[in-house]
Amino acid sequence: MTYEAVIGLEVHVQLKTHSKMFTRVQAGYGFPENTLTDPVVLALPGTLPVMNKDALDKIIKAGLLLGCEIAPVCKWDRKNYFYPDSPKNYQISQYDQPICKGGSVEVELPGPARNVMGEHKRVALTRIHLEEDVGKLNHGEGVSLVDFNRAGTPLMEIVSEPVIRSADEAFAYLTALKTVMIYGGISDCDMEKGQLRCDANISIRPVGQEALGTKVELKNLNSFSFVRDGIAHEIRRQAAVLESGGKIVQETRDYDGQTGTSQSLRSKEMAHDYRYFPDPDLMPVEVDSAWKEAVRATCPELPFDRQRRLQEQYAIPYTITSVLVPDRELGDYFEEAARLCGKPQAAGNWITNDLLRELGAAKVALGASKVRPAHVAALVKLVEDGAILSNAAKEVFIDMFHTGEMPEAVVARKGLKAETNTEDLERWCAEAIAANPKSVADYKGGKESALNAFKGPVMRAAKGKADPKRVDETLRRLLS
Amino acid sequence: MPQELFNTSVTELSRMMGAGEVSAAELMGSVVARTKAVEGRVRAFNSFDEADALAQARASDQRRARAKASGSPVHALEGIPIGIKDVISVAGQPLTASSRMLANFVSPYDATVTRKLKGLGAICWGRLNLDEFAMGSSTENSAFGVTSNPWDLERVPGGSSGGSAASVAAGEAIASLGSDTGGSIRQPAALCGIVGLKPSYGRVSRYGLIAFASSLDQIGPFARSVEDAATVLGAISGHDPKDSTSLKMEVPDYNRGIAEFARSGRKWKLGVPKEYFGEGLDPEVGAAVQAAIDEYRRQGCEIREVSLPHTRYAVGAYYIIATAECSSNLARFDGVRYGHRSKDATDALDLYFKSRAEGFGPEVKRRIILGTYVLSSGYYDAYYLRAQKVRTLIRRDFLEAYKQVDAIVTPTSPTPAFRKGEKAANPLAMYLNDIYTIGVNLAGLPGISIPCGFTAGGLPIGLQVIGQPFKETELLAVARTYEERNDWRSRFPKL
Repeated sequence: MTYEAVIGLEVHVQLKTHSKMFTRVQAGYGFPENTLTDPVVLALPGTLPVMNKDALDKIIKAGLLLGCEIAPVCKWDRKNYFYPDSPKNYQISQYDQPICKGGSVEVELPGPARNVMGEHKRVALTRIHLEEDVGKLNHGEGVSLVDFNRAGTPLMEIVSEPVIRSADEAFAYLTALKTVMIYGGISDCDMEKGQLRCDANISIRPVGQEALGTKVELKNLNSFSFVRDGIAHEIRRQAAVLESGGKIVQETRDYDGQTGTSQSLRSKEMAHDYRYFPDPDLMPVEVDSAWKEAVRATCPELPFDRQRRLQEQYAIPYTITSVLVPDRELGDYFEEAARLCGKPQAAGNWITNDLLRELGAAKVALGASKVRPAHVAALVKLVEDGAILSNAAKEVFIDMFHTGEMPEAVVARKGLKAETNTEDLERWCAEAIAANPKSVADYKGGKESALNAFKGPVMRAAKGKADPKRVDETLRRLLS
Repeated sequence: MPQELFNTSVTELSRMMGAGEVSAAELMGSVVARTKAVEGRVRAFNSFDEADALAQARASDQRRARAKASGSPVHALEGIPIGIKDVISVAGQPLTASSRMLANFVSPYDATVTRKLKGLGAICWGRLNLDEFAMGSSTENSAFGVTSNPWDLERVPGGSSGGSAASVAAGEAIASLGSDTGGSIRQPAALCGIVGLKPSYGRVSRYGLIAFASSLDQIGPFARSVEDAATVLGAISGHDPKDSTSLKMEVPDYNRGIAEFARSGRKWKLGVPKEYFGEGLDPEVGAAVQAAIDEYRRQGCEIREVSLPHTRYAVGAYYIIATAECSSNLARFDGVRYGHRSKDATDALDLYFKSRAEGFGPEVKRRIILGTYVLSSGYYDAYYLRAQKVRTLIRRDFLEAYKQVDAIVTPTSPTPAFRKGEKAANPLAMYLNDIYTIGVNLAGLPGISIPCGFTAGGLPIGLQVIGQPFKETELLAVARTYEERNDWRSRFPKL
């Protein structure tokens, strides 16, 4: 039997705000335990939540970028359950009226080869809502400690429709989603810092069957590759169960990325009754069109739109755009360099090859790079004008990467300027021809390769600073 | 009882301190001495910090001296000891909610109301007893002891703000703060023969008030006169960025407003809801309230019968909404971060079960269970959602009546103070104590209870005046119209 997988993802994304969702204490990662707290975070008796407007702005921005319908009112509900990482023992969330409904994420499926663009597809979204994050439990020997630094961080839950069909598609969806979030300045989506977390609902059915199979929720998928591997594993597991005549049990399973195995966490019967009800401490907030338009004005171009535009506007290939576009900053860097030199292909090559290689080797972030778009543009121009030769240009690039000097200054300091004196070139070529009558005869006799015999002496005379192209041209002219 | 500092009004004490006739330290000393003399019988306080109060009083005297030297104004509450219900946070003081759950809890921060009072120079005085987590109508549900009614020590002071009412009635505080979710200020004020005001929902910040039912709770003052209540209300009112349910609305000068209405000779149109004078109303209470209504008529007010047809659903709707909210609000008391923590728990779940079983009293448990039930999957629509619809209808009843009248007058409580233990075994009978006050909370309206007489046995009776949303000035002026024509408040309990 051939099976088809039906996958829906629930992705939690922490919003990049200065303060927490319902109090003005700082939000952040990597601080000493329980220092990002205040009476509200700790749910001391008598404290009340006050909404963070920046968080609402950011989720509206996410909704607009993904084409969601934005609700006219932002309403808050309490989700009641007891857990030691939840200070109030209820989470403020949005139940029946999420702030964003519908929308979709454009994803690129893996292409036939790494340098060939894959098929694009839209993954429909059910909803996006806003809530607050919980704290973190640290289990020790006979004791569990709670760190409330994360508690109350603005958290967005993005729920996809069950339209994802494979582990690769899920991976592509997460990648695309992350890129949009970073483009919008909504979240850094660093999974290691828990800024993006993913649960998957997975079922399988025989190909051609309409009815859905029993779904299993997979948790603890804490890296992009674990998401892909975990889903692939679960699809195989379900198929094996069905093949052996078994039945899929509706349950929540815990995936262990280290061992590549999963185990049951709880069955459907043990599902919580969250007793949702509207939070009486928070008034519904009206989101009018002026508000939405103000947020819309801050929305950047979407990554795939940018990729299409770069290909069209600058006539650069997928191999370059696919490197430039996922990193908004790198894309901006490229566009600035391309604008300054007017040679997008050359600028793109320098950036995607040399710059990224050097940054990687030196472990330097793009923002901290001493080589700015103006450096790249100036270098491209020097090469284009024949002022320096390409092997010299490589040397110039590495030098300016370390010194931050403009390429002209590096060329002058290192004496790398290409020989452009036509008189000298003519003389050196004439001398070389005169010194080698045999090769002249060979060349005139139709032996093309004989030309090379003159080039060595010319280059030696020029101390390597002659442009090979011009040497070639001059020799041919003089011999014709 | 002769006039002493401890049973003098805020207005008069403020004048005396301004004139240098008495110092805040002397006033505080008088209140402390009185408290020590009668507290053994009244038991209004869970605790009080004498040294801290006297230090605050001396600091007040210094501030007054500095203000005098620089010619700056001094607020009427400068140096006035104001008792605080033990459910409102004062930084560095215990905050117990009269519950074993918080028996050893000290709050690290000030509630907005206490911050405001301190900012105006008032002295936050003591921690006043209440029904555990403000759930009850007699203060018998306190985990630490029952407060007595100063007029008859065998009787309850009402509740849940029984300590707040009894302390003012007994001269242990000049004024006090309570909280009112279904009548918890007005009913004890009535039973203790003083003035108690519940402001419109959203008028006073709830930040720092331990939440019982968030959509119903309001903090309000107890005082010996309408004028004093207005002074305290003015001090604690106003929008608070820490409470999203507090309204951005200007706070009027209530006492100036009352005086302006008095000068204008405004003849109020007052509504008397027929639904509030039915079965269960004690005849002596009914007669006293009727006499008060007659007094209004004599003063030229127009009395109209009005109807609040959904009144009979109020208690039911209230006990669904209030318990639903409390079941969630009290979830934070779990023994993990603060408060009572069971010593022999084996795991997290066991810690919850044991800490909460040991920490909460029976009435609190009853309400948490009820609230958990009405919010449960499958019951939400039938109970919570329906109760919210009833709530809307009840509010509409009031707003409809206000098309004809300025305010509504009713009894505050169906009976005067009852004996301790009399209703303790019957929660339902206890719930009916709030039958006249609950609708006001459901509708978010301001309401006040003022003394309107005594039973033959010498127990105080309260008149409730219910105002329009955010028209506290009118409400106070209506109450003042009655108050200025009688001298009920000059009586003082013999202790």
